[in-house]
Amino acid sequence: MTGEVLLQIKDLHVEGRAGDAWLPILRGIDLTLHRGEVLGVIGESGAGKSTLGLAAMGFARDGCRISGGDIRFDGIDLRQTPERGKRALRGRRIAYVAQSAAASFNPAHKLIDQYSEVPLLTGMARRTAQAEAVALYRKMQLPNPEEIGFRYPHQVSGGQLQRAMTAMAMACHPDLIIFDEPTTALDVTTQIEVLAAIRDIVRDYDTAAIYITHDLAVVAQMADRIKILLRGQEVEEADTRTMLAAPKADYTKSLWAVRSFARPERPAPKEAPLLSVQGVTAGYGKIDILKDVSFDIPAGRTVAVVGESGSGKSTVARVITGLLPPRGGQVLLDGVPLPQDYRARPRALLRQCQMIYQMADTALNPKLRLRDLIGRPAQMYLGLSGRALDARVRDLLALIELEPDSYIDRLPSELSGGQKQRIGIARALAAEPRLIICDEVTSALDQIVQEGILRLLDKLQRELGLAYMFITHDLATVRAIADDVVVMQHGKVVEAGPKAEIFAPPHAPYTELLLSSVPEMNPDWLTGVLQRRQ
Amino acid sequence: MHAVLVMILQRLALGVVTLFVVSVVIFGATELLPGDLASTLLGQSATPETVAALRTQLGLDQPAPLRYWAWATGVVQGDFGVSLATRRPIADMLAMRLGNTVFLALYAAALAVPLALILGILAALWRNSIFDRVANAGALSAISFPEFFVAYILIFILAQSGFFPSMVRLSPDMALGDKLYATFLPALTLTLVVTAHMMRMTRAAIINLMASPYIEMARLKGLSPLRIVLRHALPNALAPIINVIALNLAYLITGVVVVEVVFVYPGLGQLMVDSVAKRDIAVVQAIALIFASAYVLLNLSADVLSTLTNPRLMRRT
Amino acid sequence: MGVMIFLACAIVASIPLSWGARRVMAAVLPRNMARVARDMPLTAAFGIMVIAVYLFVALFAPLLAPFPERAVVGSQFQPWDSTHWLGTDRLGRDMLSRLIYGARNTVGIAFATTALAFLVGSVLGIWAALRGGWLDQVLSRFVDALMAIPALIFSLLLLTIFGTSVLTLILVIAAVDATRVFRIARSVAQGVVVMDYIEAARLRGEGTAYLIGREILPNALAPLVAEFGLRFCFVFLTISSLSFLGLGIQPPTADWGSMVRDNATLITFGDVTPLLPAGAIALLTVAVNFVVDWQLYRASGLKEQAG
Repeated sequence: MTGEVLLQIKDLHVEGRAGDAWLPILRGIDLTLHRGEVLGVIGESGAGKSTLGLAAMGFARDGCRISGGDIRFDGIDLRQTPERGKRALRGRRIAYVAQSAAASFNPAHKLIDQYSEVPLLTGMARRTAQAEAVALYRKMQLPNPEEIGFRYPHQVSGGQLQRAMTAMAMACHPDLIIFDEPTTALDVTTQIEVLAAIRDIVRDYDTAAIYITHDLAVVAQMADRIKILLRGQEVEEADTRTMLAAPKADYTKSLWAVRSFARPERPAPKEAPLLSVQGVTAGYGKIDILKDVSFDIPAGRTVAVVGESGSGKSTVARVITGLLPPRGGQVLLDGVPLPQDYRARPRALLRQCQMIYQMADTALNPKLRLRDLIGRPAQMYLGLSGRALDARVRDLLALIELEPDSYIDRLPSELSGGQKQRIGIARALAAEPRLIICDEVTSALDQIVQEGILRLLDKLQRELGLAYMFITHDLATVRAIADDVVVMQHGKVVEAGPKAEIFAPPHAPYTELLLSSVPEMNPDWLTGVLQRRQ
Repeated sequence: MHAVLVMILQRLALGVVTLFVVSVVIFGATELLPGDLASTLLGQSATPETVAALRTQLGLDQPAPLRYWAWATGVVQGDFGVSLATRRPIADMLAMRLGNTVFLALYAAALAVPLALILGILAALWRNSIFDRVANAGALSAISFPEFFVAYILIFILAQSGFFPSMVRLSPDMALGDKLYATFLPALTLTLVVTAHMMRMTRAAIINLMASPYIEMARLKGLSPLRIVLRHALPNALAPIINVIALNLAYLITGVVVVEVVFVYPGLGQLMVDSVAKRDIAVVQAIALIFASAYVLLNLSADVLSTLTNPRLMRRT
Repeated sequence: MGVMIFLACAIVASIPLSWGARRVMAAVLPRNMARVARDMPLTAAFGIMVIAVYLFVALFAPLLAPFPERAVVGSQFQPWDSTHWLGTDRLGRDMLSRLIYGARNTVGIAFATTALAFLVGSVLGIWAALRGGWLDQVLSRFVDALMAIPALIFSLLLLTIFGTSVLTLILVIAAVDATRVFRIARSVAQGVVVMDYIEAARLRGEGTAYLIGREILPNALAPLVAEFGLRFCFVFLTISSLSFLGLGIQPPTADWGSMVRDNATLITFGDVTPLLPAGAIALLTVAVNFVVDWQLYRASGLKEQAG
């Protein structure tokens, strides 16, 4: 990139208020952005990426303040410019696209009115603004571009809203757009459309952009250069291809390494399945969420149930555990039908199948110490007490790689996210089950932590001969850990079989769409997929 | 529009059911007595004859559903029965007083609603400023004061020095100005108490609203603060503000009872307190029904109004 | 004017007092509580100080009061002097002594009523949230119907029917207030019941008693304690109002609400004495509200930091 410098940030410090004290969020960030250039900003939760994006507009959220450094946009010193002057830049020369379009559009006004708001303030005629809006909607490949703008936000789907918001940001042909995780809340098959639309329009208008995300593969498609943040500081910055080919910092390398974990293929078992879901139809009220769902879970293996939101994958777990009695079909354990309602199952049966949840924060009672959290199942099911119970809890803590003496009397609030998820695993293990249902157990965690959890689950499976049912939307996780795969869409099983078969062509059409929509760490991936689809 | 109409009709139907249940509860509360109302009212010294006479007079010899039916049909036609203490028709006793109480409540509402909304919105916009802190501490204190304390402080400061009358004497042919002057202190008392509640709720509602992502988006679009408030916050603030107003007007109903007693104001509240002391159950039931109906209707209209101002509900596809 | 100056002086004097109280608490309490005490706002310190004084007066009333609660010890409406510091009332009883005994009676009865309302309301509310289904529906609809009648009006109606003794007063107010507690407890418990750890406990096969005692109650306690403070204020004001109306705590028991009523005529003669019991009521409610406000702020602040 050789264009003139558009945005120059030097030694930026931002602080956030915590009670009476101010804690640093950004600590000395430098950033240079040229005209027409796209800079990807990567970081885990809490790295300060959104704060950096907002600071590039001279903006700090309530409870935050820019405490030091220099922000120059096209020669204008944003730290010295009064609020009125910054307002004249925002929306006109610097625009912002938020993570959740559904929450960021005002529910009281039509999309096109919200689009036209800033153009009208700059003196454009309403008719012209609306015509331009329709043209942009068409460019963003929104369905019914003439008509969609006259809807209210709640009448439009999430992926379309995200594109409408990008169109709104484009309204005044800004020099710079800040994209703050614009596709994080979307399913993969929707994400790819939005990514393509955003990339094309940024290129066509030759707009500079800061693209904030936690997803390396996504940023590889969008950015010319990548900057990596960790706890408010820069780790490294490089050209996208250089960064992908030869990351320098250890932290960057560890981010790349996540994707490398995969376990070896294992031959398919011959004995009867441990758990068998047969023709299950279930739902709430009058609506069927599951329609005739069948699959097996063999002992000692990992079955991944994959699908996008609304596919019914979590509902399957509720049927198996007995929280949602099915309308039709049955669930067999060792060939014997399980009582449909968990309340009708004796403890010996409840013990067989344990659950690990997505959000460890809500899965662990915050008022109980680890001793009681992990000890309770052992106490209930195995009748342990006193010294035997204490010893068992310590064994379990050691098994999940936490030092028993320093952890046994802690509360969940004294643990990190990954450690909490480990406690969830230990609690499941305490019952000595044969099947563990893992419901999106890694999706709320940062990538490095995910890796650790997956390795731990794999180790436990080899040592204890557990079967896992792994519910996930993330195909990378499936590739890493599954033996067998069940693909679900709209409450039905699309395809099921050993991992090697599912991941090798020929695929069912939906599986094909799903697989091809997962971003890869190759900068040419998006272009390639779009070409192939046409 | 169709869906909203159905929704509003549902709300109205629910309101009617609620009114019915409320009237049953108010009427049926006497059935909770372990013995029988007549003997309880007359006490242990009563002879069997007088008890029997009172029973007949109260209609206690008839089954409860029949008595309820007679009472309810009477009420709908404006006939509340006869007072046990004075033997006068209750409707006559209420007529004047109902008007007086409504006048006082409206007077207080007219002062309190604009004052509270302005203070609440300013406190929310200038959050954590000196103004906000002082307004908050003041409101918190005012909420904590019993109504009669506020009333007597006002009497002590304003009436004792002769600015305003501490006892309210109303006559039917009074001019509006005189009436407003005569009832200023009770209205002010109610205003102070209600304003505090309403201000706090308004402030909370606005702060909640200003924290939403679409307000941040509006700020990032470079809009002026005034435009953000008028165009982006206000249309969404109507529903919460309507609810706050309704809740506090309903609160006036309770406040009016004590305030009327302090200022010897000839309204329903004072009559109710007198009747409770005399255990004139017929009058208490009538007034309780009026207050409860007002309360139910207020909540109902708030419900309907906030439905009408909610864009998500109004423009369903 | 005199009253205003007095009030201004009282407010100014309370600032160093609260500051001192905070210092004392920070010094005396064990370490982790001392940290909380050191960081609390002055309003909260003021609140705790006032509540402590009221408790002290209520507990040691017979030792502190110069005269017995009900004895006639002078002529009626005596002015303030060295024997009767605050003068005497309508019947010639010592005002100061009755004010001190009032702390015991008024606060005690309000506290007992709130506790009763809480016991009934929160147990039913949590139970309804946990069980769900028809039990929840029946209880909730019933409570909705009762809540459609304003609390004071409903209390007045019930007091007409059952008469005005201290026992009926407590039972009536507790019953009316339990409906409000039920609603809060149910909604707090519903927030807890949807948590995955409750689902995990249910799937483990835990019984209702364990679920309520070990899983729900510890997590619902903080908001319920704050609510207890708010409900106490409300009950305390309601009982005082009823007493003021002559329908609450009955003579000769010393009670702040009825003391205002009995001596109200003095106000028109420019005597502040009847305002003192009213002020005593207001001061305690302000104090409790300050503490509750601080607790709520702390709870929300902690949540923000975690999220």
